[in-house]
Amino acid sequence: MVRSAWRVGGDPPARLSGVLWLGAFLLPLAAWCALSYLPWLWHPQVLIAEPGDSSFSAGMRIERAAFAAAVAEAARQGQRPPQGGRVNPVFLPAPHEVARALWTGFTTPPLRRGDPWLHQSLGHSITVIAWGFLISALVGVPLGVLCGSVPALSRLVEPFVDFIRYMPAPAFGALCVAVLGINDAPKVAIIVVGTFFQMVLVVANTTRQLDRGLVEAAQTLGASDKRLLTRVIVPGILPNLYTDMRILLGWAWTYLIVAELIGASSGISWYINQQGKYRAYDNVFAGIILIGLIGLVTDLVLGWIGRFLFPWSGQQVSRASALAFAAVTLPLRLPWLLLRLARRYDPKAARPQEPDHA
Amino acid sequence: MPEAPSDPVAERFRRIAARPVVLDVRALGMSFRGAGGKTVQALHDVSFQVRRREFLTVVGASGCGKSTLVRILAGLAHHTAGEVLLDGRPVTGPGPDRGMVFQGYTLFPWLTVVRNVMFGLEMGDMGRDQARSEALLWLDLVGLASKAEAWPHQLSGGQRQRVAIARALAARPRILLMDEPFGALDPQTRATLQEHLLQIWQQVDVTVVFITHDIDEAVWLADRVLVLQPPDQDHPGGWLAEAVEVPLPVPRTRAMHDLPAYRAVRERIERLIRPPRPPAAERLPVFKMTAAGDEVL
Ligand SMILES: Nc1ncnc2c1ncn2[C@@H]1O[C@H](COP(=O)(O)OP(=O)(O)OP(=O)(O)O)[C@@H](O)[C@H]1O
Ligand SMILES: [Mg+2]
Repeated sequence: MVRSAWRVGGDPPARLSGVLWLGAFLLPLAAWCALSYLPWLWHPQVLIAEPGDSSFSAGMRIERAAFAAAVAEAARQGQRPPQGGRVNPVFLPAPHEVARALWTGFTTPPLRRGDPWLHQSLGHSITVIAWGFLISALVGVPLGVLCGSVPALSRLVEPFVDFIRYMPAPAFGALCVAVLGINDAPKVAIIVVGTFFQMVLVVANTTRQLDRGLVEAAQTLGASDKRLLTRVIVPGILPNLYTDMRILLGWAWTYLIVAELIGASSGISWYINQQGKYRAYDNVFAGIILIGLIGLVTDLVLGWIGRFLFPWSGQQVSRASALAFAAVTLPLRLPWLLLRLARRYDPKAARPQEPDHA
Repeated sequence: MPEAPSDPVAERFRRIAARPVVLDVRALGMSFRGAGGKTVQALHDVSFQVRRREFLTVVGASGCGKSTLVRILAGLAHHTAGEVLLDGRPVTGPGPDRGMVFQGYTLFPWLTVVRNVMFGLEMGDMGRDQARSEALLWLDLVGLASKAEAWPHQLSGGQRQRVAIARALAARPRILLMDEPFGALDPQTRATLQEHLLQIWQQVDVTVVFITHDIDEAVWLADRVLVLQPPDQDHPGGWLAEAVEVPLPVPRTRAMHDLPAYRAVRERIERLIRPPRPPAAERLPVFKMTAAGDEVL
């Protein structure tokens, strides 16, 4: 059982899958803890607690070799040796320090007055990403679907899109600032430049992968081109499109780091940079982990929602999950449900005409 | 010697011959432009006519152009020579007047069974409610009314093809094209669906062109069997060798497999497709798969 789970194409049981998911996070965390809390592992420096007669001062971090040399030198000269304990470099804070920084980051005011709080930086970043991604998707998805369905359009559009795709988005930074000023507009523009061109190509490709048999079946049933698009191609690619969007949303975060370095600095990556300058590496780690957490949670939630959006794909959904989803989305579905109820009581709809079927 | 007027088979063929021609295929040719500018000719000079409410099957060896032929009839591929006329008008593209059932499963997976059957009706601008009640009638005809609200992935292969037949018929085509629709099914399901298809055809005024590579299926179902042959010295593409009438009464029963008339037609087609070859003169060397000392005689 356990053996077959680890074979190529193996099928791990559900229990093991859960354990593996936890392990994916616990193993790196354990490695980090070991590096931080086991003093004989790595710890290449010594934190001076008591300088003695040496030239060190309390609080300095000294390479272990230099410290050992100073201790030996002091013994030879009959002076008081420096004292201290082994530590890691300042850029590797321990897990508990980062955990504390995560907490204090939200509860303590910024160092300089007028700087944004951590949650303000975070909120700002999320706004920029949301706008950038939305604008990208509003144009990119329809264009991609059209390119994937109409070969002539694909020939016209895709070569140039492919050409621009290879230009790194940061290269457009100066241009964006010149055109759009220094506030949020150029940041949103960088995200758009970074995701739009990829999106067109990815969506076009996904569209082309739709089973041709489905399109041909619809054609023999009398579907016009317009209806092929709206009634066959779009619903047919929807699950894959949804997955594409989840992946592309991850890329948007990559371009965010670039976007926040141009124009007026702001957002979570600005916060990380700022904390780096103060050598507050616990805060740096806290910021990085926050980005990861937001990404992970977004993806998990989107994945969970995805299982309900496409009931026809045959994915198993637990009863509890289905109830939770129904409850969460009730406000969204309420108008639709009411409409359906109203239709049911429409006297004309209640008595459908008998078809004159041979 | 004139045939007795009471012979029901001859009478039936006379009736069919008196009906109008629905599909007229004239000197049809088709070449694919392959890689490196080379052309592959799939069909060469194929001509035949199908009359109203006739059940026509097309058999032939693999690769002789059966799928190409039916795709041209459906308008999904374009012929390069000759012409195809449906009710006297040339076929230029796919349309609801020619329904098609494919070998692969082509139900729309995002629509329930009944919504699948409604698809063609809605394309014909029928209202939702009317389309629904009509679709349910068609589902009833193929015996799947109880599965109306199921998703396609919850159906067996045979059930999916029955829904596909209902979906194609619901759009009320003049002619129903079927490209090896039962090819992926096991023999039992296949036999059941053959019977089912004939039963439906009895109840519905539709002309059928049915592609298969199974000679038994072709003979048992059809009024007439077209035999397609692969290209040879005289024919650069797949060509029509013969059109064989099947002198069996309708409705068909399984017992007809044993009638001499059935076996005669079957044998004739078999000989056309697989001409008997003289047996190999000498024993061929056997490729050894095991270590020395482990041979059998
Ligand atoms: N898209 C294509 N491009 C080039 N050649 C093709 C193409 N499709 C089919 N052919 C060729 O045309 C010929 C007929 O193919 P077709 O699919 O019609 O055969 P078939 O009778 O349906 O075979 P099968 O019984 O295996 O389905 C074959 O020689 C095939 O190689
Ligand atoms: Mg074929």
